[in-house]
Amino acid sequence: MSDTIVSLPDQSTARIPKDNYITRENGLLSWLLTGDHKRIAILYLISLSFFFFIGGALAGLIRLELLTPQTDLMATDTYNKVFTMHGVIMIFFFLVPSVPATLGNFFIPMMIGAKDLALPRINLLSWYLYMAGGLLALYTMAIGGVDTGWTFTTPLSTHYVNTNVLTTGLAAFIAGFSSIFTGLNFIVTIHKMRAPGMTWFRLPLFVWAHYAASILMVLATPVVAIAIVLIALERTLGIGVFDPTKGGDPLLFQHLFWFYSHPAVYIMILPGMGVISEVISTFSRKRIFGYTAVAFSSVAIAVFGFFVWAHHMFIMGISNYAVLVFSLLTMLVAVPSAIKIFNWTFTLYKGSITFETPMIYAFGFLGLFTIGGMTGVFLGSSGTDIHLTETYFIVAHFHFVMVGGMLMAFLAGIHFWWPKMTGRMYPEKLSQLAAVVTFIGFNLTFFPQFILGMLGMPRRYASYPPEFQILNVFSTAGATILGVGYLLPVLYLVWSLKYGAIAGDNPWQATGLEWQTQSPPLTENFVEMPVMDHEAYDYEWLEKQQQAQKETEAHSAG
Amino acid sequence: MPDNSVSAHGASERTEIAHEEHPAYLRHHFNSTAQQADAAGFAMWLFLLTEVMFFGGLFTAYLVYRNWYYPAFVVGSHQLNVVWGTTNTAVLIFSSFTMAMGVWCAQTRRRRGLVLSLTLTFILGLVFLGIKTVEYREKIEKHHVPGFHYSVQSFLDPQSDPEVYKEYHDKPLVPDMARHTELYFSLYFLMTGMHALHMIIGIGILGFMILRARAGAYTAGHETFVDNFGLYWHFIDIIWIYLFALLYLISRH
Repeated sequence: MSDTIVSLPDQSTARIPKDNYITRENGLLSWLLTGDHKRIAILYLISLSFFFFIGGALAGLIRLELLTPQTDLMATDTYNKVFTMHGVIMIFFFLVPSVPATLGNFFIPMMIGAKDLALPRINLLSWYLYMAGGLLALYTMAIGGVDTGWTFTTPLSTHYVNTNVLTTGLAAFIAGFSSIFTGLNFIVTIHKMRAPGMTWFRLPLFVWAHYAASILMVLATPVVAIAIVLIALERTLGIGVFDPTKGGDPLLFQHLFWFYSHPAVYIMILPGMGVISEVISTFSRKRIFGYTAVAFSSVAIAVFGFFVWAHHMFIMGISNYAVLVFSLLTMLVAVPSAIKIFNWTFTLYKGSITFETPMIYAFGFLGLFTIGGMTGVFLGSSGTDIHLTETYFIVAHFHFVMVGGMLMAFLAGIHFWWPKMTGRMYPEKLSQLAAVVTFIGFNLTFFPQFILGMLGMPRRYASYPPEFQILNVFSTAGATILGVGYLLPVLYLVWSLKYGAIAGDNPWQATGLEWQTQSPPLTENFVEMPVMDHEAYDYEWLEKQQQAQKETEAHSAG
Repeated sequence: MPDNSVSAHGASERTEIAHEEHPAYLRHHFNSTAQQADAAGFAMWLFLLTEVMFFGGLFTAYLVYRNWYYPAFVVGSHQLNVVWGTTNTAVLIFSSFTMAMGVWCAQTRRRRGLVLSLTLTFILGLVFLGIKTVEYREKIEKHHVPGFHYSVQSFLDPQSDPEVYKEYHDKPLVPDMARHTELYFSLYFLMTGMHALHMIIGIGILGFMILRARAGAYTAGHETFVDNFGLYWHFIDIIWIYLFALLYLISRH
């Protein structure tokens, strides 16, 4: 077992290929009007990072306010706006599009051996919609923000607040269409654009995960769109679908909203799980244990994910029988998630594990996602949920899944595919440090929040009793460390664009089709259309392939 | 080169097939026109699925409130003009027929037939919207527009308004139920309004298609756009048929 599997070309002779998707055309317009899925992925990556840091700055303000029990940094209604905008930006403009729009966009066509997504113009349109929605959200923030919480709860949002519900709603509505188009594009591409020999069960698990997430995007997002339309019309025209004084029912809004927003958490996490499958297989040099089970567990999560939404409403006065059924269904969704965790763990068993940065993030994911998932079982049981819901326990729970899970997976993926996207390596030691800093900072931020929640500290308040201060100080200190952990990658990744080592075609010795072409890839991805003649994650095939290549080189030299 | 290479011999066969026919409308990332048409059609069906989910939210709201406030929904429904509604249903079904003719003309490369069918569909769409406008106007006159000086007078005391009373002789509702008629009309305007919005978008696209069809764009083998627009148009038609039954035909004996 070697310490590392990284195999870089000889740095003195290696060059970035002259013709690639970055150099093919020049000028700002060639980017803004591009149909190339790789360029659109880069546009997404830049804009997503921008919104991530805005959302992160808002999170920083929240933690700073919570450093002391009193409300001293900002007034309570400002605090309401800050946590609302943090939620809106992080969910609609970072988490939902994060992995699919960047890595999915870039690598799904390459992994299945296609030249592009099936609908390149729709793909570009979805980026423009995303930007329009995002800029509208920023505009909302500039003109005073919104304070309903990202959940737009009625009748608060329809009758009681005077903040910018309409523009925020419109921003989420537009971003929703962007998400629908991305999902639709992926489904069509995966069905219709696979290379010869690329059967469904030879697809990398990354593709399977995106397929499942895309089903959710396509089916769930329109429902939140109509819910937002109804809120907008209720605010402006006074129609009363959610208004109790006219016979409407605010609970109906909750049903429509969570019918999207619960599946949305699977939209966020499934692509991350896809990244983890790729990373764990590559850095333990083994085919994913139980490939078929992992593939189907993605689909199972998507299907079960549609039938658990009412667990967000246990304390809202839905019937006891509904609570019983939704509690049971919620437990069921834990099964496919556990299948994934177990299969990744078995993949590690007897693998030749190396600890490059993506793998460190992946390990972080395994631990944090497991904690996040297990605490979800607490919340899915109606008895404990009544005590824990609307406390910091739930805040800690979904940050463990979303930040500890999804963001770790996103960073794992960015590091893993960085050499392919840019042709250059990031600095390994520094990035390993960043991964560890992120992990420590994350736990220090969010673990105390579980305890705070158990003790009964409610979420969404700017002040709290003094006995909670010590844990809040830990949390704020952790958030500071976490902030450093997120800034580091930005700095060294930008640095690596110019000074990183040349990566070569396949620095990780990975098996996916995307690694069998030059880095950065050609605009057409492949010189000749690839033919898939082996199973996914077949490392023996890769060895034979490289052996054969050496022999031909020796032949031509001799 | 070894047999198990990624870029093995199979590929060259396939690319040769792709190179045989290479019309201008075949986009660079597809191998064949069949694959391109297949992908576009599949995408359209998926898009219609999102539309189903979009309207599904409204249908859910309708289902819940109709069960809760059935008497209010019945008298509300009786205030709709069933003659105009039926006429509009007929107009829309006929427009679906002309649209289907358009698709057939495009597939069999009949340019003039295509232009004629699309124009007819365009006109029928406008007729539908015209009739809808007449109906909406009637609601405004009767003060049946929710949130906009809505009046429950005609449901509390139907005989006070002969215009309302002339067709259906509904018994007066108790005030608590009468105010729920506003919810019925909210859903009526939401659902028909959302449908009309889809019609307007459809008519806009039809106008664009007529111009392109006159230039012969769809009758040279590349009729995918017409095919897919046809699907969209039929979808709007089907939505209307549900709306007609759910909104106009409650308890009509």
